[in-house]
Amino acid sequence: MSAPSKISASPPAGSGVLLVISAVGAFLAILGAGLTQDPIFRLQIGTIALAGVIAAFVLNGGLAGGTLRDHPDQYSDNVIKAGVIATMFWAAAGLLVGVIIAAQLSWPRIFYFPEFGFLNFGRLRPLHTSAVIFAFGGNALIATSFWVVQRTCKARLAGGITPWFVFWGYQLFIVLAATGYLMGATQGKEYAEPEWYTDLWLTIVWVAYLLVFLGTIWKRKEPHIYVANWFYLAFIVTIALLHLVNNAAIPVGLLNHKSYDVFSGVQDALVQWWYGHNAVGFFLTAGFLAMMYYFVPKRVERPVYSYRLSIVHFWALIFIYIWAGPHHLHYTALPQWAQTLGMTFSIMLWMPSWGGMINGLMTLSGAWDKLRTDPVVRMMVVSIAFYGMSTFEGPVMSIRAVNALSHYTDWTIGHVHSGALGWVGFISFGAIYCLVPWLWKKKEMYSTKLIEWHFWIATTGILLYIAAMWVSGIMEGLMWREYTPQGFLAYSFIETVSAKHIENVIRTVGGLMYLAGALIMIVNVWKTIASPSAEPAEASAAPATAIA
Amino acid sequence: MSLWKQHAKFERHSLLLIVGILLVVSIGGLVEIAPLFWLQGTIEKVQGVRPYTPLELAGRDIYVREGCYLCHSQMIRPLRDEVERYGHYSLAAESMYDHPFQWGSKRTGPDLARVGGKYSDSWHRDHLMDPRSVVPESVMPPYKFLADKELDYHDIVDRMKTLRTEGVPYTADEIANAKKDLEAQADPFSTDAVALRGRYGAKVVNRDFDGDPNKITEMDALVAYLQMLGTLVDFKSYKAQAPENQR
Amino acid sequence: MSGLSYETVARFAQQGGLIYFGLIFLAGVAYALRPSKKAEFQHAARMPLDDEELL
Repeated sequence: MSAPSKISASPPAGSGVLLVISAVGAFLAILGAGLTQDPIFRLQIGTIALAGVIAAFVLNGGLAGGTLRDHPDQYSDNVIKAGVIATMFWAAAGLLVGVIIAAQLSWPRIFYFPEFGFLNFGRLRPLHTSAVIFAFGGNALIATSFWVVQRTCKARLAGGITPWFVFWGYQLFIVLAATGYLMGATQGKEYAEPEWYTDLWLTIVWVAYLLVFLGTIWKRKEPHIYVANWFYLAFIVTIALLHLVNNAAIPVGLLNHKSYDVFSGVQDALVQWWYGHNAVGFFLTAGFLAMMYYFVPKRVERPVYSYRLSIVHFWALIFIYIWAGPHHLHYTALPQWAQTLGMTFSIMLWMPSWGGMINGLMTLSGAWDKLRTDPVVRMMVVSIAFYGMSTFEGPVMSIRAVNALSHYTDWTIGHVHSGALGWVGFISFGAIYCLVPWLWKKKEMYSTKLIEWHFWIATTGILLYIAAMWVSGIMEGLMWREYTPQGFLAYSFIETVSAKHIENVIRTVGGLMYLAGALIMIVNVWKTIASPSAEPAEASAAPATAIA
Repeated sequence: MSLWKQHAKFERHSLLLIVGILLVVSIGGLVEIAPLFWLQGTIEKVQGVRPYTPLELAGRDIYVREGCYLCHSQMIRPLRDEVERYGHYSLAAESMYDHPFQWGSKRTGPDLARVGGKYSDSWHRDHLMDPRSVVPESVMPPYKFLADKELDYHDIVDRMKTLRTEGVPYTADEIANAKKDLEAQADPFSTDAVALRGRYGAKVVNRDFDGDPNKITEMDALVAYLQMLGTLVDFKSYKAQAPENQR
Repeated sequence: MSGLSYETVARFAQQGGLIYFGLIFLAGVAYALRPSKKAEFQHAARMPLDDEELL
């Protein structure tokens, strides 16, 4: 990699085709924007048109000016660089919206604006969840998967220009979804809010992603596929399946943003939570386990503790997860056998989860001193510990009797955040702290001290957050079911709301600390990229930035 | 040629892996979900559940648009405190025409499955415009803009047709009169209200839900929807202990 | 269709699911523990640590 690369004259395969598609897409989108009577649809499709015009313009410039060139003898790292930057950008955005909505629940008189309905909790909450899960998490997964699959297959990303299409197409998906939520375009299903045209667009991008990933695997130089790629593959394939089924909807009109979900009532509920729980299982777990199985061994310079365990972990995890969804529907109108099945599998899920946790932690055996000396290792280990904690808490909460108390309360919110902030966030931050010096050819991150600060501020923030939500969740659950000695309900609903004020404030502070940690990291990443290179700068950085 | 052979071998590994993943993941999901579609047995037989009137449907779409489901459930569990606080536990039949379902997963605010008829229209309007003017400790956002914004129902016929395609039993008559019915329900003095009740049942009321007689606003639609929530089922005729209702 | 009652389908789902689960799990464990795979896995475990040069 350090040797200056041969400059190949030809542009990446498919550049011309993509140029034509962008131009035609932009034309059709402008046509649609002109014809529709629906103001929301006009703005959304106008965004698509704008994206198409920019893409066509940039591609045309790159092709005509000769700056768009392929480098078949190198890894495609520029698209990963873009992915790392996008990951950090969306982390800041998603966490900021989270802090805002936490503040709204703490101080509704200050943080609601009657004149600006689009800033209400109901519209910002999907923005927060999508920005954190799909924008931050998704970009982290795509970027790291591109790194891992190239390195473990010793092959350049397949598909010519397609990885760039995947990257920018995914950003367009995020922008469409996010602006749509603010305008009120939503399907009304949690974590599957984007409307039909955004869903279709994501499907196209996702198929391209699968093909790039598979195509790279097909170019590999040895028969075995490293286990991290198994997890990435399960994540990509299963998310495609879940996305297609749960978003099955019929649009009200081809020029109308609104659609109606084809399922209804109890069937819709089961499909939704089959999707919802497996979005946790395959997006937020399998994908990030892939990160664990590559970056932990790499960072501590030891092979994974047990490769065999990782295979058992893989099959058991993906098999058991798919059944666990109905635990979201305890005591509802869902037939009881389905609830029981969901609960049983949720409890069984504890075993593969902890198998994976042990495998990740024990990879450090013989290198435990790194926990003290390397804050990145510490971050990843704490991440695995949070994975263990939330995958223990989850099965407990899936038990019907526990769920009767915890469901509908803040306990669920705390559980989700111990997984999202602790596990998903920290393993991603750890991976990016590894990746930034590798990608930009620096010896190490700009400041280890700033990593320490990030680690401690964010860890304290998580602990404040989840402790506050445990307290408020269990408290409100108990208050809802409390009776007076005379046999009347002891509390009105609003009394349980006001009782949570302090916990809401603590939660806001915790979230703010986590955001502060991410901002410190952004500064650190920025400074690292800007610092003088350890090795001669790569001569080929220009072409890809031209696409960007 | 030998290169191609090698290539084919590599493809076999990855395709086997994909087939394995798909087998494990899709059959697992199918076995669990399919039975629910197999038969209507998952839904109780009850009297009174009907599709939404055009105005209620428009209101429900606003409920979905504003993300109300993120803080309010519409699913009362058969637990003593919930039944006493909110009313009879929810039946599957009550959401059988709900595309999408709005059971929710969180109660930052109270359950709304049976909120219909519990408060007056003017309470709902005041509460939606400024929740803290009615409930000082509320954390709910203000929805003043709903009262100002005229309801856009130019595509209400298309919306009902789409739902009919998905199995909601709207009749040709109901679809043909959608706009008339919508306007009739928001007007306390409408002469078309008799026909509206003829199509959707005697319980349907026509009122000026938002207290503003000059225009049909989004507030009209949303309050009309809230005021019918949970009021459809005739619980006198529902036999909870009947074997077909014991699943 | 009429021959299949809700109970039949539900029971099939529950019992069939259990058997299916058991078989898949055993297959996974058997694959992972197969002695002939030992060398391959040992090699595979070191894949992330290998030199990063593109071949």
